[in-house]
Amino acid sequence: MFRWLEKNLPKIVMAPAVGLIGWFVYGFVLWTLYISFTNSKILPKYELWGVGEYTKLWASRKWLIAVDNLLIFTALFLIFCVVIGIILAIFLDQKIRAEGLLRTIYLYTMALSFIVTGTAWKWILNPTLGIQKLFIDWGFENFTFDWLVNREMAIYTIVIAGVWQSAGFVMALFLAGLRSVEDEIVKAAKIDGASLFTVYWKILLPMMRPVFFTSFVILVHISIKSYDLIVALTQGGPGISTTMPALYMTQTAFHKSQVGLSAASAMMMFMAVAAVIIPYLYSELRRENAR
Amino acid sequence: MQGSLQSSSYKQLEQKSKYTNIFLRWFLYFVLILFASYFIFPLYVMIVTSLKTMEEIRQGTLLTWPSALNFESWGVAWGGRGYGAGDTYLKPYFWNSIKMVVPAVFFSTFIGAMAGYVLTKWRFKGDKWVFLFLLFGCFIPYQAILLPMARTLGVLGISNSIIGLVLVHTVYGIPFTTLFFRNFYISIPSELVKAARIDGAGFFKIFFKILLPISTPIIVVTVIWQFTQIWNDFLFGSTFSFGEAAPIQVALNNMVLSSTSVKEYNVDMASAIIAGIPTLIVYVLAGKYFIRGLTSGAVKG
Amino acid sequence: MKTLKIEELSKNFGSTEVLKKINLEIDEGNFLVLLGPSGCGKSTLLNIIAGLETINEGNVYIDDYNVSKVEPKDRNIAMVFQSYALYPSMNVKENMIFGLKQAKTSKEKIEEQLKKVSSFLQVDSLLERKPSQLSGGQRQRVAIGRALVREPRIFLFDEPLSNLDAKLRVEMRREIKKLHQQLKTTVVYVTHDQTEAMSLGTKIAIMNHGVIQQNDTPEIIYNKPSNTFVADFIGSPSMNLIKGNLKQSADNISFIAEGSNLEIPIKHYDFKNKSELSNNEVYFGIRPEHIYFKKLNEDDLEINLRADLSEYIGHEQIVTFNFSNQEILAKFPSTINVELNKETKLYIDLTQVSLFDSKSEERI
Repeated sequence: MFRWLEKNLPKIVMAPAVGLIGWFVYGFVLWTLYISFTNSKILPKYELWGVGEYTKLWASRKWLIAVDNLLIFTALFLIFCVVIGIILAIFLDQKIRAEGLLRTIYLYTMALSFIVTGTAWKWILNPTLGIQKLFIDWGFENFTFDWLVNREMAIYTIVIAGVWQSAGFVMALFLAGLRSVEDEIVKAAKIDGASLFTVYWKILLPMMRPVFFTSFVILVHISIKSYDLIVALTQGGPGISTTMPALYMTQTAFHKSQVGLSAASAMMMFMAVAAVIIPYLYSELRRENAR
Repeated sequence: MQGSLQSSSYKQLEQKSKYTNIFLRWFLYFVLILFASYFIFPLYVMIVTSLKTMEEIRQGTLLTWPSALNFESWGVAWGGRGYGAGDTYLKPYFWNSIKMVVPAVFFSTFIGAMAGYVLTKWRFKGDKWVFLFLLFGCFIPYQAILLPMARTLGVLGISNSIIGLVLVHTVYGIPFTTLFFRNFYISIPSELVKAARIDGAGFFKIFFKILLPISTPIIVVTVIWQFTQIWNDFLFGSTFSFGEAAPIQVALNNMVLSSTSVKEYNVDMASAIIAGIPTLIVYVLAGKYFIRGLTSGAVKG
Repeated sequence: MKTLKIEELSKNFGSTEVLKKINLEIDEGNFLVLLGPSGCGKSTLLNIIAGLETINEGNVYIDDYNVSKVEPKDRNIAMVFQSYALYPSMNVKENMIFGLKQAKTSKEKIEEQLKKVSSFLQVDSLLERKPSQLSGGQRQRVAIGRALVREPRIFLFDEPLSNLDAKLRVEMRREIKKLHQQLKTTVVYVTHDQTEAMSLGTKIAIMNHGVIQQNDTPEIIYNKPSNTFVADFIGSPSMNLIKGNLKQSADNISFIAEGSNLEIPIKHYDFKNKSELSNNEVYFGIRPEHIYFKKLNEDDLEINLRADLSEYIGHEQIVTFNFSNQEILAKFPSTINVELNKETKLYIDLTQVSLFDSKSEERI
């Protein structure tokens, strides 16, 4: 008996972790999937209803706005984070004095919660007392900056706050990547006569393909899950102009009591994430196996 | 390529590169400082605003220095005004968060450490699949589990409680902690474990006496990561609790959103700072471990 | 005109002196090896020649032009690195012509050079491949090709064979030697492997602690090492150094080892300055391969020593003998049967002796 225990001890020890994840991740996702095919309202119903909720979802104006916002936000978020991240990483790679201090400054934003970030930026972007007033008091009398309460522009305020929070992270990834390149390559390039710009543009950045890949995946992931920041900054407003899928899901479940519909939106989010993560994990695994 | 450059043109080459270098250097620092201001600006505004009176805020701008360092709004943010009902302040919710974070970090770290240990040092058939199985949990959008979790907490009788949040955070922390420990232990030579087994040590002894003592770096990374994630969480906190059991981020958001008569921006800012201080302190003290956690969590394998 | 001249060169990293007043000259077509243990400064010196490191004191001249402050790309040099440093995201062709493109060479010239070099090195079938798809030997040839294509005045090699396994290393070493014979290029080659240095170099500069210990042809370094460091570094196993004293009488000089009575005559030894033999304490140096098991020359000294240990290497064996409680090693063919713990007759070739002052460790 004891020997059986000993032999299988590793598996027994793994069991709680596997069990918990199996239940609370896989089990729950399947449950949500199931419910998305019912027309549950306040409480879950277990009769299958078909794809009714999905049709309702894609016919919903609010959902379409949410998806549209997600696409706009993701595109801008990605571009700005990566561009700023790369620029900062390359600049910091130049043997700067106070590199440590600058790195700390660029990265501390990752330590803050999205609520804190949203609260701070909400104040900064305050239509009367925030940036607008700052510029007016500096002499630009007709300056307006009311993006936060502007239906068209509010989504861009979320981009500003989101990039502020996450660009440092991309910088850290690229800096680590650049520094992992053996310096003989840079020496060879110098001897070959490459200017500093050419060294980065033609040699180092192309070598950073895996870092690009990783950054994209993580940023897209963060973007799809965006909830906290939006709640804190705009609550989806003005009106519903900055609503996003995560917000939609919570609101339909807990404020509108449409559990089936909410489940359908959750599954859409799940599939979006899966579409990005699964290819990524697959290629990472192939790389690991090839070693 | 000819080697027949005159010595004078060598001199010219020397000088030209010197001037471009100086210009580039200045440009470099300029850009870096510009971005640094973008990052520092909100922090500065938060601090400065929290130290002003509402009068000063209305009259000045975001950047204006306070006339006096007025900590009154901090006191209000933390302990309230003593009105009674309707007076929200952070203190109880701060402690809620502490009560939630400490056990959740502990359990998720411990389970992850054991899982990482098994997966790397006690290989079995299919262990790569088990790891993948767990890893997937890092990526799911939590919206896909909110509904069943809400029901489960209700059924277990722990909805709207700190214990419920501890359960949630522990479970969803496991994929991350397992990832960290697995990646760390995989780089520890298995000869260490083999030697211990030859010496007669068993499963638990090897873990506690051999691996754990050298695991300090990864424990620090994991604890910092988990602490930050859980302290900063809002989604779980707002979905699974409300009122008295809420953690600090939920309380912060409620305070800022509550539209009672006059908006007190200085109190808002003070509250935000208070909510952000624990993770900021962790970052300042153990910053490099924090970053290591971020970058290593992103680079699998 | 010297192709390369280094004048009073000194380099510090912080407070550590890495190179101390180095002086060096090379003629065209020479293959100079910078040899030494790790930390001796050889790689630093190479980097300085390339222009990748700054100089604290002194000058570097290429073809009599002072290039001390000139950028690497303008020095007309090319370098092959230990890890080859091929650009991973470019294919072989792009790797090889990268330098030419940076120098804005004409398209025709580039094509011409590429064709010439790639067929010479037999990498023309590999042009479309990426470095990750090449074997170690192929990568090295591409790295050499990248250097060749620019027709530089000096080729610099930074331990290019260190990353290869033993068999490949020997193969590539011969290829490099053949290349040098065919092209007659000027080469500065850094290595810590003395076999490589001896087989490749026309001149070897042995370095230790930032100072050149000896700069000579391989034969002279092998037969007449200028100090005990060189004597010990070169040769496998290294030269035996026996402590003892010189005894001078009227016309004769002989060596008496510590703890021994045997007088070993020193005849026909090329002393630096015979009259200045101040300190009598010396090291008597003789290589293991110059200790024979039967008399080969007239003047070979016969001596009986007890054999303590024998190591069989395959084609030869290394036997440890006890000489007045000092160990000396001898190299014999493995077919000889040596009885351990018994006294064996040995013959020392007195024409191959080196003497070093025991205090200064310099050759006398």
